[in-house]
Amino acid sequence: MKERIEELEALFEKALSEATDAAALENLRVEYLGKKGHVAELMKGLRDAQDKKAAGQLINVFKCGVESRIEEATEAMKQAQINARIRNAKKYNPTLAREREFGSYHPITLATREVEDVFISMGFTIENYNEIVDDYQCFEALNIPKHHPARDMQDTYYLDNGQLLKTHTSAAQNYIMKKYGAPLRAIFPGRCFRNESTDACHENTFFQMEGMMIDENISISNLIYFMKTMLSEVFKRDVKVRLRPGFFPFVEPGFELDINCEICGGEGCPSCKNSGWLELCPCGMIHPNVLREGGIDTEKYTGFAFGLGLTRLAMMKYGVKDIRDFNSGNLKSLSQFKSI
Amino acid sequence: MFLSMNWISDFVDLSGLDKKALIRNFTLSTAEVEDIIVKGENISGVVTARILSVENHPESKKLHLLKVDKGDEVVDIVCGAPNVREGMTVALATVGGQVGEITIAPRKLAGYTSYGMCCSEAELGISDDHSGLWELDGTLPLGADIKTIYDIDDIIFEVDNKSLTNRPDLWSHYGMAREFATLTDRPLKAPACVDVDGYKNLPAVAVDVKNTDLVWRYSAIKVENITRKISPVNMRIRLYYCGSRAINFLADLTNYVMMEIGQPMHAFDCAKVDKIEVQTFPEGRKFATLDGVERNIDENMLMITSGDEPVAIAGVMGGDASKIEDDTTSLLLESATFDGVSVRKTTTRLGLRTDASMRYEKMLDPELCRVATERLLALLFECDSGAKVISSFTDAYVKKYPTITLDFDKNYVNRYTGIDISNERIVKTLTGLGFGVKNNGDDFSVTVPSWRATKDVTIKADIIEEITRIYGYDNFEIKTSDSPLRPVRCEKRKSCEDRMKDVLVKNYRLHEVHSYIWSDSKKNAELGIETPDNVKVINAQTPDHAYLRRSMIPTLLSFVKENKSYADSFGIFEIGHTVEGLRPDGTCNEQNKLGVVLYSKTEDEETLFLRARDIAAELIADILHKEPVFTSADAAYGYEHPVNTFAVLAGDVLVGTLAVVHPTVLSNVDKKCAVAFFEISTEAFAAVESGALKYREPSKFPEIDIDVTFTADLAALVFENVKCTAKASAGALLSDVKVADVYTADGVSALTLRFSFVSDERTLTKQELTPVVDKLTADLSACGLTLKA
Repeated sequence: MKERIEELEALFEKALSEATDAAALENLRVEYLGKKGHVAELMKGLRDAQDKKAAGQLINVFKCGVESRIEEATEAMKQAQINARIRNAKKYNPTLAREREFGSYHPITLATREVEDVFISMGFTIENYNEIVDDYQCFEALNIPKHHPARDMQDTYYLDNGQLLKTHTSAAQNYIMKKYGAPLRAIFPGRCFRNESTDACHENTFFQMEGMMIDENISISNLIYFMKTMLSEVFKRDVKVRLRPGFFPFVEPGFELDINCEICGGEGCPSCKNSGWLELCPCGMIHPNVLREGGIDTEKYTGFAFGLGLTRLAMMKYGVKDIRDFNSGNLKSLSQFKSI
Repeated sequence: MFLSMNWISDFVDLSGLDKKALIRNFTLSTAEVEDIIVKGENISGVVTARILSVENHPESKKLHLLKVDKGDEVVDIVCGAPNVREGMTVALATVGGQVGEITIAPRKLAGYTSYGMCCSEAELGISDDHSGLWELDGTLPLGADIKTIYDIDDIIFEVDNKSLTNRPDLWSHYGMAREFATLTDRPLKAPACVDVDGYKNLPAVAVDVKNTDLVWRYSAIKVENITRKISPVNMRIRLYYCGSRAINFLADLTNYVMMEIGQPMHAFDCAKVDKIEVQTFPEGRKFATLDGVERNIDENMLMITSGDEPVAIAGVMGGDASKIEDDTTSLLLESATFDGVSVRKTTTRLGLRTDASMRYEKMLDPELCRVATERLLALLFECDSGAKVISSFTDAYVKKYPTITLDFDKNYVNRYTGIDISNERIVKTLTGLGFGVKNNGDDFSVTVPSWRATKDVTIKADIIEEITRIYGYDNFEIKTSDSPLRPVRCEKRKSCEDRMKDVLVKNYRLHEVHSYIWSDSKKNAELGIETPDNVKVINAQTPDHAYLRRSMIPTLLSFVKENKSYADSFGIFEIGHTVEGLRPDGTCNEQNKLGVVLYSKTEDEETLFLRARDIAAELIADILHKEPVFTSADAAYGYEHPVNTFAVLAGDVLVGTLAVVHPTVLSNVDKKCAVAFFEISTEAFAAVESGALKYREPSKFPEIDIDVTFTADLAALVFENVKCTAKASAGALLSDVKVADVYTADGVSALTLRFSFVSDERTLTKQELTPVVDKLTADLSACGLTLKA
């Protein structure tokens, strides 16, 4: 028995060393450990053995040895295969990837969303409004009666049904006040139209964003706070703001709001006409007549309103030099505004 | 408008203050200053001098050789001015001095050295006259610095006219001086005047105001024996610095008073105009204004006439025939207030805006008429002592503005400002600006001065502006509001549109564009698209842009065409407004739309169409959680394909149109390409009630997929029907039906459907499903599906 086992061990080692793939190993396993394999055969021979216990132990040691040797060999072979795969792996080149086309947002969408996000975070609601309005909404409700010089400033597109293309987002003020009543905080971005010939700095179609806040004690001090906060968020810096008196019939007092020029840091440069300040947004305390037209109790409530030139803001933010690019549909320029 | 600090300083002592800083502060408190110009800065070393002798240059016809006495020394000067003359007193720029860009040094001219330069007015920057030397008053001492004699040094600032629209009182130096006085807390000095009450016993001027609705006040006075022809130098310099040209003494005088007091005045030659009517003409006529232009006067324009002959367009410009000439010695002086709207309409119709009309448009204070006359007389007597008033101050004061009194309390000011401005400060500010102020504890009663009461200050909020602008917005404490926070509701259409943009840009890599609200009929024609009739813009810049757009697709197709060279395949979209005719109430039927157009040179039309379909389907499924449905529809517009136009539904609500482009239009876009598009009404889309998310516990047992291939007329097939029939036939075990493959080979169209079966209770076997599938197959023949052999 012992001799037989030693003989088999030698044979097994030889066969194992010659096995080069998984199938050969499997054959070897069947040959030794299978139902009719050498180990089974040895077990049969156990009946005739003198010292069954000792013989049994010898067989068992042999069996375990074969098992672990095959396992080791299988593992080694797997490892060798993986090593071979690694060795033969194709080296990829990320620098040669073909550029995929990305979609793009309109720059106005990007600028609008940025401003909207700031105001949403401060509890303002966003409202959409028509592009076509009545004389009442655009002028009358805003304390701009007929023959008022303010109507001269705005060359309006009139429609053959008597309506007009809104010349400013303020045209939505009356609607919003009537819809929500006081207290109220809302912003309303929208497209505006003025009948003027276009060039690099002028467009007849452009975007503004109007905002209103009405409550019991809204003050000029609050107006400055909200404007400064919003603009600091939008420009991602601590902007300095200053108010100057400005005349708009729908606010009293009315202001022009300037921010310190980013380009020269307030030192004075051609962009800010050497003043160190950029005129950015007209604003003011809502005129009592306008509140009254909107059904708001002027004794109880005050409010402020502002109009932000979104198109101008987008030009400043993205360095767009020609305002006409916005409505050009030219993908060579518009496709650059990839994400938010 | 240009303003002179010298002139302002006539009425408020600003000595010791940084004038430029004051002007900058003016921007923050009153109106925007656009420019500050320092005059006389580049003039130095210019003295009074007398030409002692004039000799012709031996070789030059133009040049003269002069001996000039500059007080301390006689110097040689070579001069080319045509008006040199012995004994003439001139302004001599001496060696080492500066005239504009020129630094004076001994200089050789045609062989002779000149030790200085005799100057023209233009060279010194005090007028545009460069025809010859500026001849000075012969009585002046020689060698005196010219700047000590005349007001060449000045600081001029320019204010944007638009920012003064609401402030008629600031269209004058005196009005500006009042602002500066308040800002610096220094007293305002009244201009010297001659009281016209002194002439009340003289005969009146014949004044007849016929159109009383268009006139607030018309006053006139006559003066004779005027001999002065040329205005004093300092007056001319001020006029020139402020953008006006000196004409003659009387014309200059009226301009000067207008710039100083803000009241436009007109001087008629009294020899030609000695009585006045103010009226409109029932019929149009021609009238020559003093600028020599013949103008068409219509029946709405208010005219000044004399004996019913027109002599001036009221508030705009005088007539050529009655203007002041060099031989004028007597004048009829008009100082009047006309209706601002009427003047503005007249100027618009004539296309003629003047310094006078601009002021009238702003609604002038009628109280100014008398002050201006009194001021003009004072200036006239100062310059021409022989002048004599020969009429009373004839005053047709037709209408007066009511006196406005506004009552408010300290609490009102606090509420509006959010800060604490003291009562003393409020009183001081308002008093400085000319308001009458009664203050009792925290209560104020304020009377608005006449020059602010014509339209500017009418309500309490206007007072807030006066108090705060003088207080200075830079001095405000900045505070957030104490309003309670409330939940923010986002409008559904807005949020739908935002999500649409995200899906289109992120998932489908489309590009967002913007286009105009009007159709472009020229571009449409190039594409073979007929511009549909619609609401029109009356004053469109070109007739091509007259019609508002009914759909965004035509413009988007133009954009596609213009971007052909951008890429082989791309897609664009716009979310915007369209107008579909009028509503029953006559207003525009304005719609909010999403338009999407896909273009490809490399893909076939069907592939592109199906991608458009997928995008539309995803918007509906993703944003609304609704089943997207597409049904055949008729082409509504010429650019839609007669066969391949479909209605897009979210569940059972119609939201838009999906189509490919009509072949005619397509061939105009590009020779060989495919274009597919859809348009969705975002309003209808947002109005659809979103489907709820439904959760189904996944089965623990495996799902079995069985593919079955059918032959079918693919175009006629409605997949929705197939799905319903299949579900009805197979019952609860059928969990899903999908299109696995569609193909056409040898003229036969085939469709492979994948039926998925699953049970919540057990593992299904293929055997038990065989009869179910057989029944399914048979039932589906009703939908036009035949089992493929």
